[in-house]
Amino acid sequence: MKWLFAALVFVFVSSVQAEESLAPDVLIKNVTNEVIEIVRKDKDIQAGNYKKAIELVEARVLPNFNFTRMTALATARDWRTATPAQQKTLTDEFHTLLVRTYSKALGEYKNQTIDFRPFKMNAADTDVKVRTQINQGGGAKPISLDYYLEKNSAGWKVYDIEVGGISLVTNYREFFATEVRNGGIDGLIKTLQAKNRAGTESGAAAAAK
Amino acid sequence: MSGSAAIIWHQVGKGHIVSKHLTARVATLTMFIAATAMLGGCATSGGSPRDPIEGFNRAMFTFNEGVDKALIKPVAQGYEAAVPMPLRIGASNFFANIADVFISVNNLLQGKPREAASDLGRVVVNSTIGILGLFDIASDLGMEKHDEDFGQTFGRWGVGDGPYVVVPLLGPHTSRDVVGEFLDLKADPVVKVDDIPTRNVALVTRLVSIRAAQLPADKLIEEAALDKYSYIRDAYLQRRRFKIYDGNPPRQDDSFLEVESKTASLEQSESAPVAARQEIDGAGTGAVTAVSVEIAPVVAGPGELTLVHVPSVR
Repeated sequence: MKWLFAALVFVFVSSVQAEESLAPDVLIKNVTNEVIEIVRKDKDIQAGNYKKAIELVEARVLPNFNFTRMTALATARDWRTATPAQQKTLTDEFHTLLVRTYSKALGEYKNQTIDFRPFKMNAADTDVKVRTQINQGGGAKPISLDYYLEKNSAGWKVYDIEVGGISLVTNYREFFATEVRNGGIDGLIKTLQAKNRAGTESGAAAAAK
Repeated sequence: MSGSAAIIWHQVGKGHIVSKHLTARVATLTMFIAATAMLGGCATSGGSPRDPIEGFNRAMFTFNEGVDKALIKPVAQGYEAAVPMPLRIGASNFFANIADVFISVNNLLQGKPREAASDLGRVVVNSTIGILGLFDIASDLGMEKHDEDFGQTFGRWGVGDGPYVVVPLLGPHTSRDVVGEFLDLKADPVVKVDDIPTRNVALVTRLVSIRAAQLPADKLIEEAALDKYSYIRDAYLQRRRFKIYDGNPPRQDDSFLEVESKTASLEQSESAPVAARQEIDGAGTGAVTAVSVEIAPVVAGPGELTLVHVPSVR
């Protein structure tokens, strides 16, 4: 009887999941196709209009990201030593930094195509990796672009991105740890704020051109 | 300085199936590099445990950046602007075809005969139908291009990274990959071309071709990096790990995050690994223990390699 119960639970859980949110691979596929379609048609973004790229990222991409988890991953063990207020400020600043990087990357878009690699998951999985591949054309080797997603009450959220095996989140770990060692959590926040201020100014200057 | 580097090397190399001979050579090299850093008089600690000679490395990084900015990057940009894309692709394919011979050898050394055979097949196809390697017909035929070198082969065999070192003109390396690249160069047919002017033109073209392919990444690094030196260092180390696992590395330890959702298990999850690590250290002094606790994640990385990866060798 046990197996019957398990099977029932399985069916129930998977049907709830299907209603609740899109499957992670479908989510990534939809967002990727949508964003690429917009960039392909938008001459401003292709010409490097940074503000427009940021607007696109904020509206379409970010709702699917879990920035708190991302910031915690980058801050690693020091995350727990931060007060809730510090955690929030840290998350906001890291958010700004990643959005800018992501928007810059969109501005570099030429005519690359994205392939979605085969995806398998168990219905009970709450942590998955969705693999895609950027085909650069012109003889260059394709670059892998992988998304790590976790399921929470709001559905599947991206918590890490790896480009060619380099995590855009954990790549900050060593540096964050050094900053915290030298200046505490507030020192790290200050460094991030300074970088974001400099970035906003250069971004605004570029947009004004 | 050399002492702590040796300790770290020792720790990193622990628990692996390591060629003793090779370990000795890499360790000697490590000592040499550490000694060089001391002579430079600018060795600092305080950063990453994987980067014990950060002072030396930062100086080299600045030097390399200067050379790149003044010379290599402008030439690469000129190359990109002046040489039409089909020719650039041809040049890149030509060198890639030569490299395939050694990629094949490395695949064989890594116990992947199927990949090794495919690489040789690529060379045959591209050298003939692909007109001396100018066209990558093999990829069009579905023969996948691989990326292997001696450093990756050593990694696959279980040799740890060793301390990070920025080599003058050659840039970021792990100590293991310094040795690997030395062998790569020894085996490199381009270096062995008899006619010196031809050889030099080929070497420069190859360098410029590789640099030109990296140009788009420059802007993104400027945007993303809070500290360019450490950003490139950590990206390089991640990238090497990724390559050693042929693009499928196990996810690095995120277990500290579990604490968030299960606050009750906080102390347990934290203390258990530390205890385990102290066992590894044995009767180390306080200072040594501190060092090795920090490098424990590094130990865990390549350690898994031997456990997880080698048995799956076909």
